[in-house]
This record gives sequence, C-alpha cells and structure tokens, in this order.
Amino acid sequence: MAYSTKEQGHLKSELDNIKKDGIFKEERIICAPQDSEIEVIFPSGTEEKNVINMCSNNYLGLSSHPEIVEAARKGLDHRGYGMSSVRFICGTQDIHKELEDKLTKFLGTEDTILFPSCMDANAGVFEAFMNEEDVMIADRLVHASIVDGMRLAKAMTDTYKHSNMDHLEKKLILHEDKRLKLIVTDGAFSMDGDLAKLDKIVELAEKYNALVFVDDSHSSGFIGKTGRGTHEHFDVVGKIDIITTTLGKALGGASGGCVSGRKEIVEMCRQKARPYLFSNSIAPVIVAASNKVIDIVSSSTERRDKLEVNTKFWRKGLIDAGFIIKDGETPIVPVMLFNAKLSQDFAKDLYSEGIYAIGFFFPVVAKGQARIRTQLSAAHDMTHLEKALAAFIKVGKKYDILNKTKEEIIGKYGN
Amino acid sequence: MSGIKEVILDYIKEEYLEDEDMELDFSSPLITGGIVDSFSMVSLKRFLETKYKIQIPDAKATPDAFDSVDNILVLLKEFNVV
Repeated sequence: MAYSTKEQGHLKSELDNIKKDGIFKEERIICAPQDSEIEVIFPSGTEEKNVINMCSNNYLGLSSHPEIVEAARKGLDHRGYGMSSVRFICGTQDIHKELEDKLTKFLGTEDTILFPSCMDANAGVFEAFMNEEDVMIADRLVHASIVDGMRLAKAMTDTYKHSNMDHLEKKLILHEDKRLKLIVTDGAFSMDGDLAKLDKIVELAEKYNALVFVDDSHSSGFIGKTGRGTHEHFDVVGKIDIITTTLGKALGGASGGCVSGRKEIVEMCRQKARPYLFSNSIAPVIVAASNKVIDIVSSSTERRDKLEVNTKFWRKGLIDAGFIIKDGETPIVPVMLFNAKLSQDFAKDLYSEGIYAIGFFFPVVAKGQARIRTQLSAAHDMTHLEKALAAFIKVGKKYDILNKTKEEIIGKYGN
Repeated sequence: MSGIKEVILDYIKEEYLEDEDMELDFSSPLITGGIVDSFSMVSLKRFLETKYKIQIPDAKATPDAFDSVDNILVLLKEFNVV
C-alpha cells in the first residue's frame, strides 16, 4: 500500500504544525437555513445554540427567501436536478441562457458566461485571453482566487500597493510596451470592506490604454444606487472591460459565478476557459432560483436600501461605543483588535453572548491587523443589531478596549 | 557590497512599504514578517534580474531566499553579483 506509515506521519506532522500555528480551521455546524438568526453547534458535541449571524455573505437576505425557495422548487420540477454535462456538450438549458442575458443587462455589460463559481471564473478568465506578450497588474489585496487565476496565465504578473493610484500609474508606465495591460482589482475588498477607486482606475486605464478587471463578488446586488455594483457607485458602467461576480453571496447565496464584459473576452472564455470547458454546468435548480434573484434585485432597491440603513446604524453604533473600525461604507465592517489572540478570545466571548462573528489574523490579514469581521444583512432587523451591539460593548468593556487608540490596545495586548 | 544591499533595501522600501516611517534593515524578515507576500514577490525578483542582468530560476526564488536583504545577498552570490 502506497499510503504507508511514513506518508501518514508526514501529513500528520503538517496538520500538527497548522494547529501549532493557530490557523487550524474548524467548521461550525449550522442546523437551520441561512438567516440572520441560526442554530449552531460549536464546539462539536455541544448543544445547539441560537445566535445572531454577523458573518455571512447573505447581504440581501435572499439565501432563504420564500420567493427564491419557490423558484428553486419550480426549477427542480420543470428542468430537473442535474445536467450530467459540461455546458458545451449537453449542459446548456434555456434557463442558463436566460440567466446570462439577465446578468448582462443587470451589470450593464456586453455579454456574460456562467461558471460553476466565481473562483472558477477567476481561475479561467486570465488564461483564456492573455499570453506572454501581456501584463496583469493587480492590487495587492485582491482575492486569493484572482491570485490563483493569474498564476495559471502565461502573462507577466505585477502588483501595486493597495488602492495606491500613484503606484499603479508607475506600473502602467513600466509596462507600457506590453500588448495588453490589464488592471486587476476587487470591487469591494473582502477583509477591509473598502471600495476600489474605480473612477481613478478607469482614468488611468484610459490614459495608458489598459483594460480593467473587477471582481465584484462583495458588491453585486447592493453597491451603487440600484445595486449594480462598484462600477455603478463610481459612475463607470460600461467602462469596465471584465466583471467577475458570484451568485454565492448577495445574489441568492447558493453557488455559481460569471465573467461579464466585452463580448470578445466572454467568447474567448467560451472557447478556452478550462473551468468552463471541463466542469459541469450550474444545476438547473440554482439557475432557476438565480433568475428570480435577478428579477427581484432589478425591480426593487428595497433590500439594498435596508442593508444600507443597517450598515449605517452598525458603523455609527460601533464608532460611538469607542471601537476602532475600518473606514468605509460597505456592509463589511472590520472591528480592529490588532492582536491575534485577542481576536479569538473576543469572538469566543461574543459567541457566549449569542453573537456569531469570526476573528481573523495573520496570514489571512496583515500582521498586527487582527480583527473581528462583521457583515450586515438586509435580513437583520434593528433588534438583532441592537442586541449585537450591546454584546460587542459588553465584551469590549471586559477587555478594556473601548475609546482606546491603536497604540494603547497594542500596548496592552501586543500585536 | 554594502552598496548593493542599500540599493535592494531602498527598492523594497519604495515598492512594498505602506508606512514610510516603518523601520526596515538588512535582516528584517520580509516574507515571514508580512511585508512582502509571495504574490507580490515577483516584482522583487524581476528587479534583481533586471538590475543585475541575471535569471533567477523559480526553484531558487523561494520565500526563504527572499526573506531578508541578507538572504538575498546570499542568493546573489550564487550568480557572482557580489
């Protein structure tokens, strides 16, 4: 047998090192539909506990929305359970094309291609249309799936300091001789909750004849006055050459993603993107429900407006209470604690108070930048947020971090 | 030799530091210290290759080899740069 004691010992040792480094990930078991309040079993073997969920990507509260569940059920009845095929063999139904058309219209682009996930979209898009003559210049805080996708492409890779437009301009000048220059950024950055300066990025792209790529996974459905995304917020709709986004967050929360943008780039993805060519089409039940999601978010801003109200309340409440949070306007609100152990202890105490939020620390975020990342949802009612805020304040007082400077918190707990 | 170290340190400060007041010396941990991540390390590699007219194989461009200016100097010795 190839899997001998030696191989087993090697892997056990690696797992032990992960635990020793304090970055071993454990799943919390949720015994309820995704919502603002959920039943959770954690640690394993303990009783179910009702908690307020402050860490999901269910920004619009559509993950368990009755209309979406009903649309999924109808999709199951009318188009079946699975496709047993990739898209280009016998995996494309009328509802797949309908969803691509709806996304194109919603995002204000020329064409759209679905992928099994946005991770797959990012893994496939760069390789599909860029080669050794080209360069990809990425913000240093882009999502890991973009990093992986860029590594799969043959084009040269370069990076610029996070949201630093002077540094980006220097890189555009440095690579002026390249055939294609692609500026790569997230729309909303998932750990800090800030928005890419898309207006400035588009200006630079026009000045230096570059293309622009935006992953809008943490924006689609709620950023911008009608929720189209970061490009709507910065009034550059139609000027972003490639948008990738997910159906797995605000837009229903199941799974699936897409590349949307210039029709030639989308067509290159249909011809060459490996996750599209070699992975099953999205299941009909998800496609049917996603069509309903796009109908809902296209016809009303009620849910994104409620999310905006919730976000403003939460940000103001935390600041007034004396927490240090990252500036911004998105429903991703990082509460800065700076010290890794403090972030873990804080999250544990919040859980005891019935609030479910996660502490993040290096290497997920930069060293000395440990935080509790909170995320708002339109599914939250004011009573949820008031209770969550009271719990944050109680735990904040316990650790004596309210109305303290960064230096004072680091002085007390280290970084 | 010290000239090379300073040139590299200046490049790293310019290319990677967000906070200009942050102190960095020849032994400061770059990768393990979270200053340079493996994704953006590519600019440093390209800088060294262009500046000193060498080709660093990917197998030698390891996080350990790039973890400090001192380590980079050890790597450059293999290419007879120092």
